[in-house]
Amino acid sequence: MTKPAKPVEPQSAADGESAEEMWALRLYIAGQTPKSIAAFANLKKICETHLPGRYKIEVVDLLKQPQLAAGDQIVAIPTLVRKLPEPLRRIVGDLSNTERTLVGLQLRPAKDVSATEQD
Amino acid sequence: MTKGAKNRNVVNPLPKAPTGIQGLDEITDGGLPRGRPTLVCGSAGCGKTLLAMEFLVRGATQHKEPGVFMAFEETARELAQNVRSLGFDVDDLIKRKKLVIDFVRVERSEIEETGDYDLEGLFVRLGHAIDSIGAKRVVLDTIETLFSGLTNEGILRAELRRLFRWLKDKGVTAIITGERGDGQLTRHGLEEYVSDCVILLDNRVIDQVSTRRLRIVKYRGTTHGTNEYPFLIDEDGISVLPITSLGFEHDASKERISSGVPRLDTMLGGKGYFRGSSVLVTGTAGTGKTSMASHFARAACIRGEKCLYFAFEESPGQIIRNMRSIGVDLEPWRKKGLLEFRAMRSTLYGLETHLTTFHKLVQEFQPRVVIFDPIDSLVQAGTVRDATAMLTRLIDFLKIHHVTALMTNLIPGGQTLENSGVDISSLVDTWLLLRDVELSGERNRALYILKSRGMAHSNQIREFLLTDRGIDLQDVYLGAEGVLTGSARQAQEAREKSTAVARREEIESKERDRKRKREALEARIAALRKEFDAEEGEAQRLINQEQMRDEALRRERERMAAKRKADLKADAAISRKNRRVRK
Repeated sequence: MTKPAKPVEPQSAADGESAEEMWALRLYIAGQTPKSIAAFANLKKICETHLPGRYKIEVVDLLKQPQLAAGDQIVAIPTLVRKLPEPLRRIVGDLSNTERTLVGLQLRPAKDVSATEQD
Repeated sequence: MTKGAKNRNVVNPLPKAPTGIQGLDEITDGGLPRGRPTLVCGSAGCGKTLLAMEFLVRGATQHKEPGVFMAFEETARELAQNVRSLGFDVDDLIKRKKLVIDFVRVERSEIEETGDYDLEGLFVRLGHAIDSIGAKRVVLDTIETLFSGLTNEGILRAELRRLFRWLKDKGVTAIITGERGDGQLTRHGLEEYVSDCVILLDNRVIDQVSTRRLRIVKYRGTTHGTNEYPFLIDEDGISVLPITSLGFEHDASKERISSGVPRLDTMLGGKGYFRGSSVLVTGTAGTGKTSMASHFARAACIRGEKCLYFAFEESPGQIIRNMRSIGVDLEPWRKKGLLEFRAMRSTLYGLETHLTTFHKLVQEFQPRVVIFDPIDSLVQAGTVRDATAMLTRLIDFLKIHHVTALMTNLIPGGQTLENSGVDISSLVDTWLLLRDVELSGERNRALYILKSRGMAHSNQIREFLLTDRGIDLQDVYLGAEGVLTGSARQAQEAREKSTAVARREEIESKERDRKRKREALEARIAALRKEFDAEEGEAQRLINQEQMRDEALRRERERMAAKRKADLKADAAISRKNRRVRK
């Protein structure tokens, strides 16, 4: 894993393209429910669009590994956790609202809203 | 599993999980509904978390039911620290796999919500925790925190409903805590989902004194106490007081015990109080109530019984010093461990806390005699009505344990004397009234027995004296002059004594007079007899003289006859004949 000290600053300042570090994302699901499948699909799409080649998605199925839920303070399902870059962020829901997901991931400042994305 | 729905119609009583919390199991008639969630609600700081934690700890240690504590507000570490003061070693229980604490942190600033979600994560965590130790008990404290962390209330409500259903299906006995809300039991209406048993905790401040109370708002399918019960949180955890739920089932003892004042025992049918009865000593200021109490305490100690003395107005040292002045030395008994003083300001706690404290101390110390001196100061810790209710419960409790209680009560001056001040006169078995009798410029103490159930007691007023050898009861003067006490009594007694003496002297003198008269009479009789004797003697002498003269005359005649040689025989016969005729 990369050192967290450096990438934090440029990440929050710019639109994400300036930093070249990897994004470590973890998606918590509980079984293959429609919500889980939708969340994974939405996440994949966003990452491909905004972080091509710089992301890693880890899917944790809590039905198989329930002991992992406490570690990341998972309450709601699905939950996306941005492990890297720091700080840690949690996004709850099926990620159907791309705009909010991007804000949640801090891939885009809240004011810079693009109308092309779906609601 | 539709356990809840089925059980309601079953003849067998609802299965219950004992909480192990002192008193709570009594008012719930056995504990919380087994396999169902119970809602414990109340405002901040009223002891919800503690009650929940004690439920788990007692379950794990006493009932072999491991538990899961899901904390939404405090971390496991904080929780463990908080309850350590109550003697719960949470860390040890966790180590022995009897308890799991899972801290669930829901921080709105860290969470972004996008689209649909559910709370399966929570279910997974809870399920995992339950399965890891085979938990039978679960606590969710306070699940309402979710409402502040997640915004979609529709999802939350649906998920909570599912959660409680799920808990029932799991068969775990659960406590869900909730913060008190405006106009409803919990801020977010949790009572809507948890409907089997709802317990309300309350911490009320009345007249600057706070009292914790517990009430079972509802408990489906079972009987339960409906009142507000006071409870106490101390170093042993929670204790709830279910006193009023108890009936009059205590059996009455026939044993009698001395009041410590022999004369008073005589007044009380000759034997003293009944064991396990309650004695009320009322009186105005300075009438010797504490002295009466300390006599009773000493008598108990002499019998070798333990005595617990609650003092609300004086320190133990002060009582011991003061009582020494009337010849009652309590210090040796205290040193021996038979006498235990508990001095506390009545305003230190609320009434309920007092009551709980009394309970605990009585159960710990196991006294046979308890003294409350004075009970009216307890009114200061609440209202008169509350104090009466509390004393009722206290008396009941003591009776059940066959502890003889003596309560003193100050009657403010200017009130009716037959007023116990706290309206418990109907509850006590023996009521002694100490009063002042003001007469001819002095105050004297008087005692009488207003009532004493189950014994033929004296109806007399006695003068109550505090001497350097203790309490002494004297008969008061009752007579033509009215009831007199003190020096007036003494004066009257002296007066009576002198009259009596005078009367006695008069009788004696009359007696003497009579004797003298008799003597005079007898003297006179003697004199007369003497006179008569003398006269009689004189007469005899005359007769004798006459006879002698006759004899001499006869002899002279015979001599003359002999001289003249006359017929002696004929002459002698004539002379003898003559003599006989004269006689």
